[in-house]
Amino acid sequence: MSAHEPARERVRGIAMSGFKADLYRVLKYAALIAWAIFVVAPFLWALSTSFKSDPGVVGGATYIPFLEYEPTVDGWTALFRDTSSGGISMQGPYLSSLVVSLISTSIALFLGTLAAYGLSRFTFRAGPLGNNDITFFFISQRIMPPAVLAIPYFLLLRFTGLLDTHLGLILVYVAMLLPIVVWVMVDFFNTVPIELDEAALIDGCNPIQAFYRIILPNCAPGMVVATLLCIIFSWSDFFFALTLTFAKVQLLPPTIVILNSNKVPWWSLSASALVSVLPLVIIAFVLERYLARGTLAGVIRE
Amino acid sequence: MLDSRYKHIFLLPALLALVAIIIFPLIYTVRLSLSGWDVNFPELDYIGWDNYARAITDGRFWDSMGTLYLMVLFCVVFEYLLGFALALMLWKDVRAGRFFRVLFIVPMCVTPVVMAVVWRTIFHETLGPLNDVLSWFGIPGVPWLSKSGPAFAAVVIIDVWQWTSFMFILLLAGLMSLPREPYEAAQIDGAGPIRTFVHVTFPLMAPITLGALIIRLIESSKLMETIYALTSGGPGSSTETTSYLLYIRGLREFQIGYTASLSIIYLAIMIIALTVFARSLSRLMIGRQGPVRV
Repeated sequence: MSAHEPARERVRGIAMSGFKADLYRVLKYAALIAWAIFVVAPFLWALSTSFKSDPGVVGGATYIPFLEYEPTVDGWTALFRDTSSGGISMQGPYLSSLVVSLISTSIALFLGTLAAYGLSRFTFRAGPLGNNDITFFFISQRIMPPAVLAIPYFLLLRFTGLLDTHLGLILVYVAMLLPIVVWVMVDFFNTVPIELDEAALIDGCNPIQAFYRIILPNCAPGMVVATLLCIIFSWSDFFFALTLTFAKVQLLPPTIVILNSNKVPWWSLSASALVSVLPLVIIAFVLERYLARGTLAGVIRE
Repeated sequence: MLDSRYKHIFLLPALLALVAIIIFPLIYTVRLSLSGWDVNFPELDYIGWDNYARAITDGRFWDSMGTLYLMVLFCVVFEYLLGFALALMLWKDVRAGRFFRVLFIVPMCVTPVVMAVVWRTIFHETLGPLNDVLSWFGIPGVPWLSKSGPAFAAVVIIDVWQWTSFMFILLLAGLMSLPREPYEAAQIDGAGPIRTFVHVTFPLMAPITLGALIIRLIESSKLMETIYALTSGGPGSSTETTSYLLYIRGLREFQIGYTASLSIIYLAIMIIALTVFARSLSRLMIGRQGPVRV
């Protein structure tokens, strides 16, 4: 993906007079730094708040530990304490979120890559509908607002006894994630030449072996992007977790929102918010390597 | 050509799963919308089009739709302008470019509703940092969450904070995949940076811009979680979006039949609006010469 490097050189080659260029550079860095501050501000505020105790909060906003308030680790230890001892015990919801998002991501990846490969390699016909229509059908499911599906899901899961279970939520998440996987992977498979499949078949693979021994490893960047997007979406879902689970299953996002309305002190609330988004911040670092290289450009163009 | 006997093994599992988990519930919603299912009468009877007649005259429902579209408009316009500006700034080699890129995509990765909880403390009238910082510049405190105008602005600010990153990364990826020949031609013609942008970059980016705008329109029209955690639709119903109202009517008040009819109307209007909007936008941006092949 280094084909665009020369293009960048050319653009830089377009002349600007010395003063204008300097002014532009100063303004550009000012704007970039301003946006960077805006982006990190909520995280820094939460981090600062998580070490506060009553005096640092009730007197108005304070920012710098030691100087403006005496830091404590009470907000962080509260994550592990039971509610009976003033804590908010986040381990349970954390584990639930981990299990649900990893399992639903795996299932969606498995089904989605198979379908994307099929759509990329074979010709399907269903009356007047062809491959593009089927691909569009998958992607178009993203249009469906969760609020529209909430009622039938609620009734269906209650009817099947899956309300308030991990399994029920996983099924719903698989449907939510499938369009994303198909959307990303069809494009990746299209960039792998079909000669590769044919060579594998000549070497004695059957089509399914050719798929997972030869083609899939060649689409590793696509798999990484699809996996990370799936984890982000399932880890971050609030709506279905709110409406389809209550007592037995508690995921992170609803737990934190309920803490918020239960007047839990700001310091433990901030600490819980930070630990719940920490894996996603780490994912952002990995995702950037893949996304900024034009990995998605072909996908958006459809 | 590959042996096509295997093709259904690849496609069918995912297709069946999707039909079972999305299409079937949708059909069930249509059926529910013709019933009077509610708290007092939880059964699937048939009452004809009564729910739809009631929905037509439900002012709060149409208000929520107006609020939603106004919010989506503000959010998507700001996100596009800011995201494109940031992408253009980081397109060419920049000192610490990777640092900025990573930082700028963090917001789209983190859980919206959890960040809304953090933002709620930031917008707090007396204890929050935002009014405190404004007071440094002599600006009087804003009642962020207790007046309808500022509450609306607060929702937009959070959405812009979160999703500008998404516009940014899509448009940056687009910029990086542009061909270099048009730029060579522009340079030979002696075009300056502004003319190069207007005549080369912007037209070449049209298809990607269109895709990015449509994706954001679709995603932002589901807006509900931020509102749940930040304002609960208030003050009054000034920040109540349709998704939030559907949640209240359906799973709080348990007016199942009626909410199903609202859902169907909402979905139909949204699909029509998005289609019309995508069509006219593509005509506006790409013009008659058809999509630019890149």
